[in-house]
Amino acid sequence: MINVEILIVGGGPAGLCAANAAADLGASVLICERDEIPGGQLVKQTHKFFGSRKQYAGDRGIAIGDFLLDEVINDPKIEVMPDTTVIGIYEDGLVLAERSEEIIKINPRKIIIATGAAEKFLTFPGNDLPGIYGAGAVQTLMNVAGVIPGERVLMVGAGNIGLIVSYQLAQAGVETAAVIEGAPTIGGYLVHASKIQRLGIPVRTGYTIKEAYGDGKVEGAVICRLDAAWNMIEGSEEDIKCDTICLAVGLTPLTELCWQAGCEMAFIRELSGHVPLIDKYLQTTNPKIYVAGDVSGVEEASSAMVEGRLAGYSAACSLGYGLDTAPSLQAGAMAELDELRAGPMSDRIRQGVEKVEKMVTKGGV
Amino acid sequence: MRIEQHPILEFDRKEKITFFFNGQEMEGYASETIVAALHAAGVKELGKSPELHRPRGLFCAIGNCSSCLMVVDGQPNVRACVVKIKPGMQVELQSGKGDLK
Ligand SMILES: Cc1cc2nc3c(=O)[nH]c(=O)nc-3n(C[C@H](O)[C@H](O)[C@H](O)COP(=O)(O)OP(=O)(O)OC[C@H]3O[C@@H](n4cnc5c(N)ncnc54)[C@H](O)[C@@H]3O)c2cc1C
Ligand code: FES
Repeated sequence: MINVEILIVGGGPAGLCAANAAADLGASVLICERDEIPGGQLVKQTHKFFGSRKQYAGDRGIAIGDFLLDEVINDPKIEVMPDTTVIGIYEDGLVLAERSEEIIKINPRKIIIATGAAEKFLTFPGNDLPGIYGAGAVQTLMNVAGVIPGERVLMVGAGNIGLIVSYQLAQAGVETAAVIEGAPTIGGYLVHASKIQRLGIPVRTGYTIKEAYGDGKVEGAVICRLDAAWNMIEGSEEDIKCDTICLAVGLTPLTELCWQAGCEMAFIRELSGHVPLIDKYLQTTNPKIYVAGDVSGVEEASSAMVEGRLAGYSAACSLGYGLDTAPSLQAGAMAELDELRAGPMSDRIRQGVEKVEKMVTKGGV
Repeated sequence: MRIEQHPILEFDRKEKITFFFNGQEMEGYASETIVAALHAAGVKELGKSPELHRPRGLFCAIGNCSSCLMVVDGQPNVRACVVKIKPGMQVELQSGKGDLK
């Protein structure tokens, strides 16, 4: 049994920043990370991040991940356990984790869940053929393992992820036949769209995938136009030859552990799925548990880092650390979050966060 | 196929090792997961689904979805996307739910 003051589940930007903040106030911290390399989504991002300088915008995702990890590894108050998946949080607060087929028992005083998000799927005939991957899988293969997913890709989804991954495919020498997007306009930032259009990759809005086909693996796809009500327009079908179909149709919070721990949950469309109800200090309705990052609403690395810090301060403070300094640090992080969410691109997130706040002040769902 | 030249990334693949896929000898690198090594050799089908016996391949690559279950050294239901290859490892296509020996 490992006794620890604060257990952090997930070593992405949110988890790493939470660890730093909590350790800064004096708490001892254990991070359990499922992957071999902590860093979450950051370890796969070769592009320079957008956002504000305070959250390292302008640096490449991989560099930000390395930097955060360095800070954590050099802190004697923090222990990092890679290759370790947290699989259960029990009623009495006991946590079970799995590492190389061994079960570890952990007894933390507070838990910060920072598990990130999972990719969404699409329904269409043939969607289970080998060669149909989530955008994250394509990135992992290509940018972590250095193996290309195929020769010619159909990208489904023109949000930031679809656009960025198409560019990353080009960096790896893979052709993207087209990026298709159901909505009438692209969802991602124009800078990313222009970058791939300059490479000659067609971005086709108002299109969806009707079917994938192939003998044992993907050999092509049929795409077709959508009308304003998202119905397929008959006769508009087109055949696209490709050996890989990459789905970049959004993420949804990875909340199994929150459900298990009895946190009160609500479906908030603006935050991309079911999320735990939290107060402004990021504490859930289970007083032992805090959350930070995409798990409490799919957003960005910048906000995940700030939420991480806020949750770290809050959890440490609840154990009596930094009682004099924590309030101003927490207020600072909250102000930073407001600032990040001030722009028109954040309308949706702001509405989602407000919905959660309202539910919490009303005392439940 | 492996990426040999990349404008930003470098890959430290570690040493070359041999493993077996359905009894056939294959080469990979010590840093690679089963799925990465198979993919590099052009193998995308990892097993067959339990009910309709349709081919199954990779989907998430981070151990989240169970689309990549294979039989490894006789043990079924191993997530081939997160387990690394080892010298002499026997990797096999899994059909359905797998049997415990
Ligand atoms: C292609 C792409 C481009 C992006 N570009 C940008 C950008 O330019 N700017 C920006 O701000 N944001 C960007 N983002 C978004 C950003 O990467 C995410 O919002 C951010 O990584 C969320 O951080 P997180 O810590 O909440 O989750 P994650 O980064 O997903 O980390 C969660 C971690 O938890 C681990 N984990 C999950 N479950 C368990 C468990 N049970 N036990 C142990 N460990 C577990 C996971 O392995 C993972 O390492 C991009 C995302 C993608 C996919
Ligand atoms: S591909 Fe999802 S678990 Fe391996």
